Amino acid sequence: MANMIDLIEKSEVTGDFPKFQIGDTLRVFFKIKEGDKERVQVFEGVLIGERGGSNKRAITVRKISFSHGVERMFPLASPRIEKIEIAQTGYVRRAKLYYLRDLRGKKARIRERQDYKKGKDLSTAQVNAAK
Amino acid sequence: MTMGIMATKLGMTQIFIEEGVRVPVTVLKMDPNFVVSKKTMEKDGYTALQLGFGQIRAKLVNKPTKGHFQKANVEPTRFLSEFRVDEKELANYEIGAQIGLEFFEGVLSLDIAGVSKGKGFAGVMKRHNFAGFPASHGTHETFRHGGSIGMRAQPGKVLKGKRMAGHMGDELVTMKNLRVIRIMAEENLILVRGAVPGSKGKVVEIKVSTRKPKALPGVGGATLEEASKNPMKASKAGAKGAGGKKK
Repeated sequence: MANMIDLIEKSEVTGDFPKFQIGDTLRVFFKIKEGDKERVQVFEGVLIGERGGSNKRAITVRKISFSHGVERMFPLASPRIEKIEIAQTGYVRRAKLYYLRDLRGKKARIRERQDYKKGKDLSTAQVNAAK
Repeated sequence: MTMGIMATKLGMTQIFIEEGVRVPVTVLKMDPNFVVSKKTMEKDGYTALQLGFGQIRAKLVNKPTKGHFQKANVEPTRFLSEFRVDEKELANYEIGAQIGLEFFEGVLSLDIAGVSKGKGFAGVMKRHNFAGFPASHGTHETFRHGGSIGMRAQPGKVLKGKRMAGHMGDELVTMKNLRVIRIMAEENLILVRGAVPGSKGKVVEIKVSTRKPKALPGVGGATLEEASKNPMKASKAGAKGAGGKKK
């Protein structure tokens, strides 16, 4: 009967997100509550890690805000995530980009993905077109 | 005396409720319970309902048991359990009747009892949360010991009830006041906040909690009215959504 649990977990995965990869720069539209009002806040940064699957899948996004590094985890099953956009694709060779925490400025850049292998590694424009 | 029913523990997962709060839940499968017999004041000296639960192959049922079920006109079940019920309430149930999810209507919190996972012969650190001994600074072969177990010639014995190593787990444990998060009528599932004793696939006994329902963190809803606004609405939407359809 464990498949009942799978069923519940799958029904929790409701968001329709683009296929982003580690190293991409994402724009996460996140609903926040201020008193009675609800508004959408955009968090834009580099996707530096991903964990969990199914309804437990979560992403870590890092950005530099007023010269301070800010990282935020978003559970993808959260009803508070409105949408996610890919601002720029990135080419990296690691699953977790924790090394970015030690780098500043020009060193913390990520090369953009190019379409040199067919069917793999689409660049920003192509990813957005595919949506 | 509150009525109870039986259900199977399927396992745990986590879900989001409407407000964007993630809650850990235990999934319980509630197949129908059948009223197999009644204990009455005149005959037995107390009042209770005997419920049957779970499927069993006909081959495994012996003749006397079969007869017992036949009297109630119920297919033999794997488990039989008694639940104490008031005399007045007893009249509400008929022998042979089926009890389903309607049992949970309007109910916010449950007491759930099950047999905990057996841990075997466990030491004092695991069994009673003793601190053990320091890992260094000259500790010699007593890292997980309990220390002294008594005094001197006075009283000259170990006091009764002294916590020591021994068998742990595999006993009846009741978790009280577990909040109902969602009821999925189509699949006969109940989602309850938090953990429930026992391993997956084990049968647990569920009773309506006598305690005041706890508020859900970030959501509130400690009273029935308050809760019917939020989580119960979420439960209905969830029941639909889980049937493969989108919310």
